[in-house]
Amino acid sequence: MEVLVAFGFKVYFPENHSALIGARKIADDYIPVANAVGYSPEICSYLTSDIGAYLRNETPLKDAYGVSSIPKPDVLAVNTNQCRDLYEWFSFFGRRFDAPVFSIHPPKYLDEVEEHHVDDVAVQYEDMIAQLEKITGERLDEAKLKEAVALSLEATELWKGFLDTAVHVPSPLTFFDGTIHMAPIVVMRGLQVAVDYYKQLKAEMDERLENGIAAVDDERFRIYWEGMPVWGRLRKLSEQFVDLRTCLVASTYCNSWVFDDMTPDDPIRSMALAYTKVFVNRSEPAKERYILDEIKRFKADGIIFHDARTCPANSNASYGMPARMMEDHGIPTLTLDGDLNDLRCWSDEQATTNIEAFIEQLEER
Amino acid sequence: MFAGIDVGASATKCMIIDEGKNELSSAVKRTGMSLRKVADEVYKEALSGAGLELDGIKVVATGFGRKNVDFADSIRTEISCHCKGCYHHFPRALTIVDIGGQDTKLIRTNVEGKIIDFKMNRKCAAGTGAFLEEIARRMDVPLEEMNGIALSSEREIEIGSYCTVFTATEILSKIREGEKQEDIVRGVFGSVIKRIQEMNPLIGDVVLTGGVVAHNEILFDLLEEALGREVLKPPKPQFTGAFGAALYAMM
Repeated sequence: MEVLVAFGFKVYFPENHSALIGARKIADDYIPVANAVGYSPEICSYLTSDIGAYLRNETPLKDAYGVSSIPKPDVLAVNTNQCRDLYEWFSFFGRRFDAPVFSIHPPKYLDEVEEHHVDDVAVQYEDMIAQLEKITGERLDEAKLKEAVALSLEATELWKGFLDTAVHVPSPLTFFDGTIHMAPIVVMRGLQVAVDYYKQLKAEMDERLENGIAAVDDERFRIYWEGMPVWGRLRKLSEQFVDLRTCLVASTYCNSWVFDDMTPDDPIRSMALAYTKVFVNRSEPAKERYILDEIKRFKADGIIFHDARTCPANSNASYGMPARMMEDHGIPTLTLDGDLNDLRCWSDEQATTNIEAFIEQLEER
Repeated sequence: MFAGIDVGASATKCMIIDEGKNELSSAVKRTGMSLRKVADEVYKEALSGAGLELDGIKVVATGFGRKNVDFADSIRTEISCHCKGCYHHFPRALTIVDIGGQDTKLIRTNVEGKIIDFKMNRKCAAGTGAFLEEIARRMDVPLEEMNGIALSSEREIEIGSYCTVFTATEILSKIREGEKQEDIVRGVFGSVIKRIQEMNPLIGDVVLTGGVVAHNEILFDLLEEALGREVLKPPKPQFTGAFGAALYAMM
């Protein structure tokens, strides 16, 4: 992101578009369209939602901003620190628009990120920069890159400050607020507008704290959410938790968009470190340590794992983690089967009863 | 007096108990489409069975239709109610397996009867009552005869798929291969047991409960065979949830 900003590219994020499609509850109109042309229902439903919408020549951006379709890209840039599907997704548009796809492939499943991992990724950044210089016909302006990294760092610290207000009991915000306010840290990093947005947001949270305003009236339980949001069920779930007087105080998903290793003094290496270190790119033990620390920090009473059918990369219920959290650390856990966008994988009935029974379990402890 | 009403996906059950936690009466009906109405009917039937009037009875509703029982004093999920009901009969650490019409639940409790964790089947009917209904229809066997047919089998056939549709095709191939009906039906029950064992380790004392096991006692035999030890059976497995709800009404 910061590199593209420094070159003066306008950056468009298909991921954000997919979340929008999910939250608008129209993903199930588009996913089957992508399934029909050979993109499996078992792969990332962000990918299938977005490609399906493109193939149908529809987008919720039309009503909101008058943008009628995905803008024609000059280049596509992707970092596979999240998953392989992202690369396949961008490659689809690369073929469609006959545009080059540049990718950063950091080493995966790292327990600790070591110097040589950073070396590897930094070289990949330099390669990408060289290719972008060829395409744009311009040299990378290092001052601009430093500025973008500085703005990213500032936004990231404000975003972290916002999320961290939830360590207070009762919390002034919920995970659902986080999912709504995370857009700028995802799509506007490196730009002043993200910094301005989070300054305002952080100030509002501080005011709530000062006035003792809680997100959930009479907060009884505090839960950590592990996994993606169920975009089409934000309202329904947030209302259910309010009714149960339970606050989802934190989540790996929102909290891992904190890139505080960035430093303008060493932009490329610090980006390489920050983007390789992201939660989703790490080993199972590293993830477990992270979640345990966060649970302690946010004083959570239990964890809800969202096992998203089409996003194994962002689901951590598949390799025994819920059982270890419970058996080794005594943390009550619940796993919900669902999906980020594909509501065909989600059952309101099962989810509602599971959540209600989990809260009853906490009540009787 | 206390009443528990369990509006399940297939059947709605009501049990009325006295202050000594003894059953006074019970009633059951197919749930159908009118949840409020069927709840009212089983409640009235149980009341008349116990010779009671409407007044002064605390009611707790449970099951998927619990929120439709507007005359209930409060609601509780079937997970808590099955746990409460089973623990009353077997007051120790338990692994409770409830096979319902639409889902299967596995609940683990500590020695005090408090839930340690629970799991519901994933979004698939395999291993549930709905699965047995579908297979009975496919095999053209009345659902209520499945248990008897399976008991006459001397040899279990392996049914390996964990999807209802795939199981149905697997059964078609068994029929084509000339396997006996009773052996296939026994294999179908065997597959229910396998689905349960995949959900969570069945440790300690295992209780089998719910409407499906009440009507298909072979499931007790098969689970005991699979575990190599005794499986506990509550007095009226179909009413464990309603009984647990009545116990909550007492609290």
